[in-house]
Amino acid sequence: MYSRAYKTIVSLPPLLWVGLFLLLPYALMFAHSFWAVRNGQLVHHWNLENYSTLFSKPVYAGVFLRTLRIAASVTVCSLLLGYPLAYYLSFHSGARKELLYQLVIVPLWVSYLVRGYAWKTILGTDGVLNGFLQYLHFTREPVSFFLYSPFAVVLMLTHIYTPFVFLPIYAALEHIPRPLVEASQDLGAGSAQTFFRVILPLSLPGLIAGATFAFVLSLGDFLAPLLVGGASSTMISNVVQSLFGAAYDWPLGAAISVCILIVILSLLFLTERLEKRWAFK
Amino acid sequence: MSSVVANSPRPSHALSTLLLEVRGVSKCFGSRSVLKGISLNIASGEFLTLLGESGSGKTTLLRLIAGFEQPTAGEIWMDGERLDTLQPYKRRVNTVFQHYALFPHLSVRDNVAYGLRVKKTSVSEIGGRVDEALRMVKMEEFASSRPSKLSGGQQQRVALARALINRPQLLLLDEPLSALDANLRKQMQGELKSLQRELGITFLFVTHDQEEAMALSDRIALLRDGALEQVASAREIYAHPATAYTAQFIGQTNLLRGEVRNGVATCGALQWPTQDPAGAAIFSLRPEVIRLAADAATSPGTARFRATLQQQFYSGASELLEVKCGNGQLLRVRISARGPLSGEHEFVFSIADAIRVHE
Repeated sequence: MYSRAYKTIVSLPPLLWVGLFLLLPYALMFAHSFWAVRNGQLVHHWNLENYSTLFSKPVYAGVFLRTLRIAASVTVCSLLLGYPLAYYLSFHSGARKELLYQLVIVPLWVSYLVRGYAWKTILGTDGVLNGFLQYLHFTREPVSFFLYSPFAVVLMLTHIYTPFVFLPIYAALEHIPRPLVEASQDLGAGSAQTFFRVILPLSLPGLIAGATFAFVLSLGDFLAPLLVGGASSTMISNVVQSLFGAAYDWPLGAAISVCILIVILSLLFLTERLEKRWAFK
Repeated sequence: MSSVVANSPRPSHALSTLLLEVRGVSKCFGSRSVLKGISLNIASGEFLTLLGESGSGKTTLLRLIAGFEQPTAGEIWMDGERLDTLQPYKRRVNTVFQHYALFPHLSVRDNVAYGLRVKKTSVSEIGGRVDEALRMVKMEEFASSRPSKLSGGQQQRVALARALINRPQLLLLDEPLSALDANLRKQMQGELKSLQRELGITFLFVTHDQEEAMALSDRIALLRDGALEQVASAREIYAHPATAYTAQFIGQTNLLRGEVRNGVATCGALQWPTQDPAGAAIFSLRPEVIRLAADAATSPGTARFRATLQQQFYSGASELLEVKCGNGQLLRVRISARGPLSGEHEFVFSIADAIRVHE
């Protein structure tokens, strides 16, 4: 048994860490959202004005809806890419499994910014994609909507978050005991039936975890809209960033952050319940 | 040796129809040869056991028949049709897996119904047949449980019901009892045997446990290093093992190495008249065919030897003696329990019980 003093000492660093870097900032953010700015000065005057502004001005709801739409598109696209990839790797890649796995993981070691700028050079009006299309005579003039559009944001975020979706799905698929697949075939099910009746249900927890990653991470993203999005694809985090920066309205920025936090926490709560419900053994 | 090893079905199966034919099947994994030209026939309604040590290829042969592996050479035929070229889901064969492989996300009822559902059987028929299958394995009250809530024996029963509900022509069982404790295993052996008799379905049973094989099977196919060592009924294989390996693997035995010359077999301290052809020879002498001479009247066709008691292992109805002949040769003798013994004794055995075996 460990002594009381020992337990206190070893639990102190994590407690301090959580307190200083998580709880305190959240408390500050929460407090700010009920304060105000008067004549360019932050005043500690408790009020609900920030929240009423948020809910009364349609511009915020509009940006928030667009953010949800982009996050949902990224989730769907990265699931459509990540699931088949994970399935192929886990069940059909044979000896190349290790190599392919590393290839999926490698992009994670490349800086987010580098990958963002790469998309800029690919999608821009004098970029690689447009150059290629004109070379093939598919287009005569550069296509402008490739870059600085919600399309570009979804593309870039899908590229960045597909490995995050791939990993938990791959782990879930790898955990499916192979005799279950054989048992299904043995009982007369072909590949499609085996997939929908056994493999898919057993990989649901991984699928939900992956979808949650993609959705939550892209919901809070502000670099992709900044790099490749343009004005038409401003996301909610860009609004927060500008409120904390140029606009110097920390209280309103904090109020938006509190709303995002509530949305994300309820989402995490919900998906965790779902994952538990569909977890077996 | 091939003449000794050839299939010798019991008379009861001599007339019954052939269900499965394994014709010269070989299987290699890379450069490792796991099965070497296996040929085996299984009659309809038969309980045949593939017996062998781990690595002997018995599970591989089962997987070839189920369709999870493809033979490197040879063919498998069932009921007049080529089987080894069919996809596993098209074979009228079902498997009880070693660790049951029940679907963890489905209830017992849905596990059992699985085979019927994938074949698009009508809902009303599924209901009736699932109830019937669960009743057959006495698992009705657990119909809505998840497999993880069941004990090993109960999972075993569900796995059986899930396979049998499809009315397979051939049921493959891959060491299905190995995960159960001894008592439950004995009980499940009895239930398996009576189920098989009732349903008349052909069972191909894989085990490494020779006692289990003897208790259950109509015939035993003994595999050794990917080749069939002997295929015969349990009684036949025990009483007339073809090889030294078989004699040792199935039950306990004394292997006597020696020679036959001038109508006399000489194996160390033991000597007896024989009509066997001359030359080097190995004999199998089961411990229980040797008796204490004091208990037996002198009769023709017996041989005697003197030996000193080394160890005595009491096991209830019988006891096993380890005795040493004058030349240091050790023999095992099983006698009915008769209290502590010591010193030198004379032993006797019937000459007909010394079975000449191949290397």
